[in-house]
Parts: sequence; structure tokens; C-alpha cells
Amino acid sequence: MSIKVKVENLTKIFGRNPKPILAKIKKGTSKETILAETGHAVGVNNVSFEVNKGEIFVIMGLSGSGKSTLIRCLNLLNKPTEGKIFIDGENIIDYDNKQLKEFRQKKVAMVFQHFGLFTHRTVLNNVVYGLEIRGIHEEERYEIAKKTLASVGLEGWEDKYPNQLSGGMQQRVGLARALANDPDILLMDEPFSALDPLIKREMQQELLDIQSRLKKTIIFITHDINEAFKLGERVAIMKDGVIEQIDTPEEILATPKNEYIKNFVRDIDRSKILQAKNIMFKPSALVSIKDGLKIAIKEMEQSGISSIFVVDTDRKLLGLITIDDALKALKENHKLKDILIQDYFTTEPETYIQELIPMATESKYPIAVMDEENRLLGIIVRVSVLSNLV
Amino acid sequence: MSEFPDFLRLEIGIYVDNFVKWLMHNHGEFFDAISKGILWFLLNIEKFLLWLPWWLALVLIFIIGWRSKNLRNGLTFAFLIFIVGTFGLWDYMMMTLAIVLTSVFISLLLGIPMGIFMAYSSRLNTIMRPILDGMQTMPSFVYLIPALMLFDMGKVPAIFATTIYAIPPVLRLTDLGIRRVPKEMVEAAHSFGSSSWQTLTKVQLPQALPTIMTGINQTTMMALAMVVIASMIGAKGLGLEVLKAIQHIDIARGFEAGISIVFLAIIIDRVSQGIANRFKYPE
Repeated sequence: MSIKVKVENLTKIFGRNPKPILAKIKKGTSKETILAETGHAVGVNNVSFEVNKGEIFVIMGLSGSGKSTLIRCLNLLNKPTEGKIFIDGENIIDYDNKQLKEFRQKKVAMVFQHFGLFTHRTVLNNVVYGLEIRGIHEEERYEIAKKTLASVGLEGWEDKYPNQLSGGMQQRVGLARALANDPDILLMDEPFSALDPLIKREMQQELLDIQSRLKKTIIFITHDINEAFKLGERVAIMKDGVIEQIDTPEEILATPKNEYIKNFVRDIDRSKILQAKNIMFKPSALVSIKDGLKIAIKEMEQSGISSIFVVDTDRKLLGLITIDDALKALKENHKLKDILIQDYFTTEPETYIQELIPMATESKYPIAVMDEENRLLGIIVRVSVLSNLV
Repeated sequence: MSEFPDFLRLEIGIYVDNFVKWLMHNHGEFFDAISKGILWFLLNIEKFLLWLPWWLALVLIFIIGWRSKNLRNGLTFAFLIFIVGTFGLWDYMMMTLAIVLTSVFISLLLGIPMGIFMAYSSRLNTIMRPILDGMQTMPSFVYLIPALMLFDMGKVPAIFATTIYAIPPVLRLTDLGIRRVPKEMVEAAHSFGSSSWQTLTKVQLPQALPTIMTGINQTTMMALAMVVIASMIGAKGLGLEVLKAIQHIDIARGFEAGISIVFLAIIIDRVSQGIANRFKYPE
């Protein structure tokens, strides 16, 4: 994994003369005091993070947390007061006008909360805009724009004006306009916040689909923790211009760094975040098919369990036996393989708990988590599904 | 003690007079050049309008009215100027129109770029705002004085005064139109690496265009109102006819000239509004 974006000690202060304010912040003066005393607003305060190539990195925070200010620093719509932003190893803050223009034209594109579409241009001419600015030949740019529009499902809407489209469709145009330039980095500033919940979910899925095809580096802003955890491979939580925690959603759920984050996480629907692999555990006991009945019974007795999974020498799952069947079979001289039952649920490690809930409540046996080659990775018992929901 | 004391006379008028004299003495050539340029422009327009055969003018007005709105408008406009012709005021109407067109042209030439600068610079905006307020609240024929001082009597000072009076709306509305472009839209333009010029011409101006067109409409209407007053310093045309009628208490002549101005105003207003509406994009 290579690092695409690296932000070091970034600070952005709004106001007439921000430089002298830096010293105050470093002394630990609060945002409110600075605003009251000097009239300067601290947007982002000493933020550092890295984003890997091809990753969806979500910056989450409530309004006023500085997340929009931060994302606008990444394409220099906001000029940082201090700090460094390396993109592909180059500090973009040192760019002169010409380099900045080229950087914006080729490397980075932005999607806006209220779409930021040019209402005087048709849908097609909106998508063409970036290419037009780059000076791409007219025929070619319309061809690219049409293809991009089709890829976001807007074929046939080229000649409409943005205001004639629904919110969801408008944001598709916004997305197409950004993608048409084929940028490495996509900056998305609360792109789905203005959409209604159903459309929002649809767009999130669409973004994930697009991402699986195009593998862009996406920096995504949201105030919705559920959205953050759904989309983000890693999530940064911001408050008052400071990043409080950067981790994967699972890590944030498991170990929230402070009360503020704990409060956030409380609202979250864990069943949509946690996956089978996060809650499964290694079975305390396991029998191999060649071990035979006696060993199986002994294992179960030792571990105090009433059923046990049976695997072959490659750890491929063959089935499950219960203690009752095993004792009966021993009496009647049956073999281990005769009493195997298949009456249990299996799942992949990436399945969300949400889908495991019905299995867990229905089945009396643990759920088996298996990889693509049917190897047993772990088991999930009912109690761990339910306990992870709260 | 009830009278205002005489010794408190502040003779500021002398200084203004001196300043204008100094200006004329030292920069006379500059004003001469402007004067000649404006006059050349005006005379050509006037010459063309007076050359235009009356029936062709009717046809043109009909087409303009029809294209800018609908057939009925075209017919109405043609009929209205036909009536003006029957009053025997055709040539005066054309002279008035020539001054209006020239003043509007100069107003746009100066007003739109200045409006753009105002939109970009908050400082210029705070300076210009009270000046524009002043320009609009000042009684219109106060403008005749500086115009007279700088350009003497005649058509040029009339155009000068008319332009000063008519320029605020287009200036203000250009400024407003550009300022009202949503911030995200401008950010979007920048985020794609547009230069300032590209942002202005591809996003801000097209977005502001409907507002600017409203400004042009208002500027045109104000120019027409001022032309009538500017007849006092030598602008020939319908205004002068009204002025003469007032001096001779000639009600008949005053009515005919007055109603002609109204007709002209209606036509100019509707046509420029019709054109302005064409620049609206679907909502």
C-alpha cells in the first residue's frame, strides 16, 4: 500500500492576519477565546494524517468541526496557514499558479454537498467542463463525457438542465463531472447529505460499486457516523478542528478513544458495521475426521460443549456432530462419518452481523465461518451475535 | 438675531468653479477627445436612424417586437411608432432614440466592467455604494451642471448627463448578479483548475446574465427619462418639444410629444425585457 496523500501539522485560521494567531494556538488558547479576542476563526488545528492509494478515507465530524475546511485545503480552495500537504510526495502548498492549475485539472476533483452544478449549462456541458478547461479536443471531450454519464446511469439526460433533475440525479451529474477528468483523488464534501435517505443509500452503494471498478483515492466528508462507517476503510473523527481518532470502523467501535467518540458510537447501528470476522472466535475444540468417535466425545466432555465441528486434514469443514449422537453411535458401533449432520448455518467472514441475526436465533448450533475453500475459520455462537449489538 | 448670520458664508462654489476651470485649462484636450468620440458615435447612429425609411422602420420594429416576444407585440409596437409619425414627431423620436442608444452603449461599456470589479473587491464596493446611492437620489437635472461645465451646451453634455444618470442600475445589478452566484459553483469552477478569467466568463457572467439583463433594461429606461431633461442643455428630440411646449404653454404640442415619449418608453421597455427573458435558463 503506497501513501497517496500525506498531511502534516495542517492548520487553517480564517481572518485578516492569521500568522500571529498560530503562536496562541500552540500555547493552548481555546478556539472560542481566540475568536472573541482577535476575531480569527480556527478552522483546522494541527491535523496530520495519511491516506493510502485506492482507499476510501472518511473524515467525520459535526458542523463546525472543520471537516469542510480541511477538505478544501487539499485542493487549496482554502490556503492553509501552516503545515504541509504531500500528494505523491510533492508538497502542493509550494505550487505556483501554473502548477496548481495543472494539479487541479489532472489529479484531483471535487464533489459538493449542494452539487455545485452550473445551472446555465446542460448536464452534458457540466460533465464536459473539466475537460474543456484542460483544453481537450471538443470531439474527444464530448465522447468522454457521454461515456462517464452513462457509467453513472444518466444516459439520455444529456440535454436536460440540472434544475430539471431530482437531487439524486443532480449528484450523479456532480459525480460524473468529477470522474470525467479521471482524477487520482476524489474529494467528496458531504455529497449525499442533501439527499433523502433512500436515494442516499442507493448513492452510497453506487459509490462503492464505482470504487471497486476505478480504485480512486477517495476522501469523503460526512456528519453521519453510519455513512462514515459504511463507506470508510478508515475513519477520522474531527472535533473543533482537531482529529480525535483515526482508525478502521471496527477499531473505533471496539476502542473509542474518548467520551466524545463513545457518545457517537452509541448511536451507531453495529449490525451494519461489524462483520462475521470481527465477532467469530477460534473453536475451543475441533475434531478431525480421522480422529474417530472416542476422541470426539472426549473433546466435547473436556470443553463442556454439546456439539463439535468435524474437519478433514486440510481443515475443510465436513459437518457437525452432537454429543447425544456420538454416544449412541459408540454404543451401536457406527463410524464418526455416519453421524455427521449438515443442519447448521455457514457464512463468509465479510458477512455483516445484520444478516447473521436470523441465523443465530433460528439455529441451535453455532454458525460456521468459512473461507472460499470451505476451510473453517471460526465459529460464532448466538450469544456473541446478540451481545455485539449493544 | 432671527436671520442666519451673513458672515458665515462658505463660498465653496468658487472653488468648484476654479477646479473646473483648471481642469479645462490643463486637460482640455482630454475632454475634447472624449467629446469628439461621443459625437462621432452619436451622429452616425442618428444619421442611420434618420436615413431609415419610415416603412422599413415599422417593419423592423414589428420584427423586433415579434421575435422578442410575440406577434401581437410586434403589431402593437409598429402601430405605436406609426402614431408618433402621424404627430409629425418622427425625426424627433429618432433623435431621442439615438441619444438613448448612445448613452446606454456607454453605460454598458463602463458599467459592466465596473460592476465586475465591484463584485470582486469589497473595498471598491464600500466606496462605490454611497456614490451610487448619491447618484440615484440626486435630482436628475443637477447632473446638467457638471455636464455643462465640462462640455458646454449641445448633444455631448446631454449624453454625459444621461450616462451618469443611467449607469447605476447596470452597475449595481452586474455586481449583484456576480455576487449572487452560489459559492459552491465558483468553488467547483476553481476546483477544476479554471483560471480567474475562465471562472468569470464560463460561470459567473453566464450565471449573472439574467440579472445583468434586468440592469440593462432599467438603465435603458432611466436613459430615456433623462434624455427628456437633458433637452434643457441642448439635446434635440422629443424632450425639447416638451420643453418648448412648456415655455409657450402649448398644451396640444406638449401632449403629442409627451405621449410619444410614453410610446417610446413602452417599446424600449418591452423589447429589452423580452430580450432579457431569453437569457433565463430552465428552472
